[in-house]
Amino acid sequence: MGDVYYKTIKKITSVLLFVEGIKDAAYGEMADIKLEGGNIVRGQVLDSRNGLSIIQSFGDTRSMNLKETSVRLTGSAATLNVSTNMLGRVFDGLGRPRDNGPPIRSDEQIEINGSAINPYSREEPSEFIQTGISTIDCMNTLVRGQKLPIFSGAGLPHNKLAAQIARQAKLRSNDEGFAVVFGGMGINSEEANFFKREFESTGALEKSIMFLNLSSEPSMERIILPRLVLTTAEYLAYNQGMHVLAILTDMTNYCEALREVSAAREEVPGRRGFPGYMYTDLSTIYERAGKIKGRKGSITQMPILTMPNDDITHPIPDLTGYITEGQIVLSRELYRKGIYPNVSVLPSLSRLMNQGIGKRSTREDHRNVADQLYAAYARGIEVGNLIEIVGEEALTESDKKYLKFSSEFEGKFVSQGYYEDRDIEKTLELGWDLFGALDTEEMKRLKPEQIKKYGKWKDAQRETD
Amino acid sequence: MSEGKIYRVSGPVVIALGLDNPSMYDVVKVGKLGLIGEIIKLDGDQAVIQVYEDTTGIRPGESVVNTHLQLSVDLGPGLLGSIYDGIQRPLDKIKEQSGDFIERGASAPSLDQTKAWHFVPTAKNGSEVSSGSVIGEVAETELVLHKIMVPAGLEGKIMGLSEGDYTINQKIGEVVKGELKTAITLSQRWNVRSHRPVREKIAPHKPLITGQRVIDSLFPVAKGGTAAVPGPFGSGKTVIQQQLAKWSDADVIVYVGCGERGNEMADILMSFPKLLDPKSGKPIMDRTILIANTSNMPVAAREASIYTGITIAEYYRDMGYSVALMSDSTSRWAEALREISGRLEEMPGEEGYPAYLGRRIAEFYERAGMSILLNGETGSITVIGAVSPPGGDVSEPVSQNTLRATRVFWALDSALANARHFPAINWLNSYSLYTDDLKDWYSKNVAEDWESLYKRCMSILQKEAEIKDVVQLVGYDALPEDDKITLYTAQSIREDFLQQSAFDEVDTYTTIKKQGLMLRTIISLDDAYRFALSHGTSAEELRKSPIKQRISRMKFVKEDEIEGFCSETAAEIAAIGKKRT
Repeated sequence: MGDVYYKTIKKITSVLLFVEGIKDAAYGEMADIKLEGGNIVRGQVLDSRNGLSIIQSFGDTRSMNLKETSVRLTGSAATLNVSTNMLGRVFDGLGRPRDNGPPIRSDEQIEINGSAINPYSREEPSEFIQTGISTIDCMNTLVRGQKLPIFSGAGLPHNKLAAQIARQAKLRSNDEGFAVVFGGMGINSEEANFFKREFESTGALEKSIMFLNLSSEPSMERIILPRLVLTTAEYLAYNQGMHVLAILTDMTNYCEALREVSAAREEVPGRRGFPGYMYTDLSTIYERAGKIKGRKGSITQMPILTMPNDDITHPIPDLTGYITEGQIVLSRELYRKGIYPNVSVLPSLSRLMNQGIGKRSTREDHRNVADQLYAAYARGIEVGNLIEIVGEEALTESDKKYLKFSSEFEGKFVSQGYYEDRDIEKTLELGWDLFGALDTEEMKRLKPEQIKKYGKWKDAQRETD
Repeated sequence: MSEGKIYRVSGPVVIALGLDNPSMYDVVKVGKLGLIGEIIKLDGDQAVIQVYEDTTGIRPGESVVNTHLQLSVDLGPGLLGSIYDGIQRPLDKIKEQSGDFIERGASAPSLDQTKAWHFVPTAKNGSEVSSGSVIGEVAETELVLHKIMVPAGLEGKIMGLSEGDYTINQKIGEVVKGELKTAITLSQRWNVRSHRPVREKIAPHKPLITGQRVIDSLFPVAKGGTAAVPGPFGSGKTVIQQQLAKWSDADVIVYVGCGERGNEMADILMSFPKLLDPKSGKPIMDRTILIANTSNMPVAAREASIYTGITIAEYYRDMGYSVALMSDSTSRWAEALREISGRLEEMPGEEGYPAYLGRRIAEFYERAGMSILLNGETGSITVIGAVSPPGGDVSEPVSQNTLRATRVFWALDSALANARHFPAINWLNSYSLYTDDLKDWYSKNVAEDWESLYKRCMSILQKEAEIKDVVQLVGYDALPEDDKITLYTAQSIREDFLQQSAFDEVDTYTTIKKQGLMLRTIISLDDAYRFALSHGTSAEELRKSPIKQRISRMKFVKEDEIEGFCSETAAEIAAIGKKRT
């Protein structure tokens, strides 16, 4: 440890170094890899035995060699200096400033792997976050402390949606917004600039922290980066009492970096070459959202991933969906129809929705309106598929109403402007407007007293009296 | 105790050298922090250890101490109402020690060591006892009387019992055999990897009543049975498991959250103490034990968690109780097996899972069953395992091996879940192999003609699927009139009976009696429609009949009003028949 440089590298692959003669490297210990020219690249011990250590390099292994390259163990696991001075700053994938600002000096140095929150200490997330987006607020409600990913596809406007959410998200009881900790993994510089510009133009930059690793930068940094984001988020939330929205994009790049390491280690691959432990690995990222009893802050997580070939059964969205508390799925079909935000509501879900809605936080009819919208829209889509086979003439009167309903639902309810911030009452009213086109007796998810109170049928009054 | 040294660390797998004659599955303490591990492979001088905690920072050369004990759980009063991690560390005590984040090497006794329990002997001093004999009782909670049993391997005369307050480690009496005297306390230990013995297993004959209509009426699981719930994410596995934990009529519930979400466990911890058992009116937490090893907690402890759960379940079964164990999700347990197997560089079987996956799954489910206990009483364990198949495709190894080992299959369907039809149990693909065994119980306790009601209901649903295929080709209007009636009734069965909201106060739980009444009402309306049809009324006219609204209100009618409601409805239905004659 300390100043001992080992020059006993036996083998180098694209991401791994096999170093002989190290007796007692700690599992997970950080290492400095010194190149011939004096440049230093960070690395981490992945496997340690008496006499051989396998070290993963976070930088490019280009121009490393067996003779002159040397390795020094730092004696500690990966840590990050945290401080509130980080707000407004931009860092790289290893936590070094990339905005020409000074490095962060702080007494608080935290291990980036974090520890699991004791389930007994967790507070159940239940505070409604109004994002101003109808499909989310009404049908897939986000609550403070939730992890709700966006499942998108290549070329879809997921970044725009995430930026709109970051800009509009607030509680109804107060206007206190969120501090945003943003992690960009393997994104291109245009995407990075988009977010920077967004945060600047809304004045959110002072309340945000960015960690960026661009497509051109070492892929191994992507494995560290989300952990830096969450370590920072945990510090702000649990030590400083802030409410944090952590945005991680693009998780697909993260998983690919993980696969790269796994392949280099010649591990037995699971589905599509991704490692068998990917579920566990992803959970150590996603599970770092939540609230803790007796502490003020919270971490709400919004990871973004692009589904390869729009396939939701691909291991990345699949394993993510099993860990996160729901998902917002973006639809290519709606996007082609020119609808923004192109949220595909049927496969979308928020598991914590029930805790955050109802009489006390939103309105007593919220659950029923959401269920009825789902059921009616599902029926409309079903009818739409039927037309392709039997033609429109074969439809019953009621089928035609559902068909019309679903197209109005897409046009008026799903679709909204990038700067349109709808409050929840407005959204629910929109829902009731749409029900007006259907028959009251088919509204099985709505309660009679709600129909009486909010119903927009011309003869609703008469029917229920 | 013997000491060795760490030779290699690779994630949760550690290899130690120099342990003195280690045995398979010995529990060891690893490194300076004393992390708990278990020996899973011996190779020459090398002992391969799976460690139940994160190994970051552990170095070759640190010490490994063999305890020469097997991974065991503490069994005794104080289990109920507790929340444990996968190796039975009490999470509430751990929190007091190490704060909101779980620190490594934390340990605390599984059972409260200081609390005094009031013990009442039920066996006479001097009587002959053997393993499993009940010698006394402790009122553990208001719901459950904890029976104190003679530990395995002991027999002789019981001596020295007297009523009084004891902590779990104090001697309450002794078993005397010749010269040999063995002290008995309120608690005992058991190795989690071997099952607790019973005299024999018998065929289950009673259903586990869950208050969930699609389960109790169509696909029941017997007390002592096994059920699998496979489904893609978002199809409602966890909600079903939680509903069963809340409402099923077992005496004791063991809920294993195996590799799932932390917030879900928080939800259970929040809601269970507030929920009252429909039978007794007492908080259901009084009969519940939670095992929470969330996905980000160490993977090896996840592997152990279902064994910890089932051992505790067996202990309560041995008292003569019916126990239900929910495991959410067994796929995460299987993945833990795969992960460790991969680190051991074992030759993989299907999809990287170890070759012994099928055997391990079958062994686990075999610990369920209705049993004659060692003391002659009966007790049962029902196991309900959630499975999370990748992409919802049940052709993968964990689902397939689970289906081979279980007798009830609740097939969750993402299309139903997307249309918010919950519980999203597909009525065409699901099955229960207990329907025949339970036939007598249903005809005695629900309705004499239960079997014909059930068959009628299932055939209408089957027929609906066939008709829907036809509609795709010819359109709805071209259907024969009686097929249209089948569609109306099937719709009513789906929406008014099978669909059930877990979040509605009344709808969340339906007694089996009300289920019988509801199903009968829907079927008798079908009869009336068909009668009217044969007397010249058109299907379209019948579709508009106002009675439908009444039927759809049925599920929200409270239990004490349902009989009146159904007989009024029956009268209206009868009128449909009469009007047309």
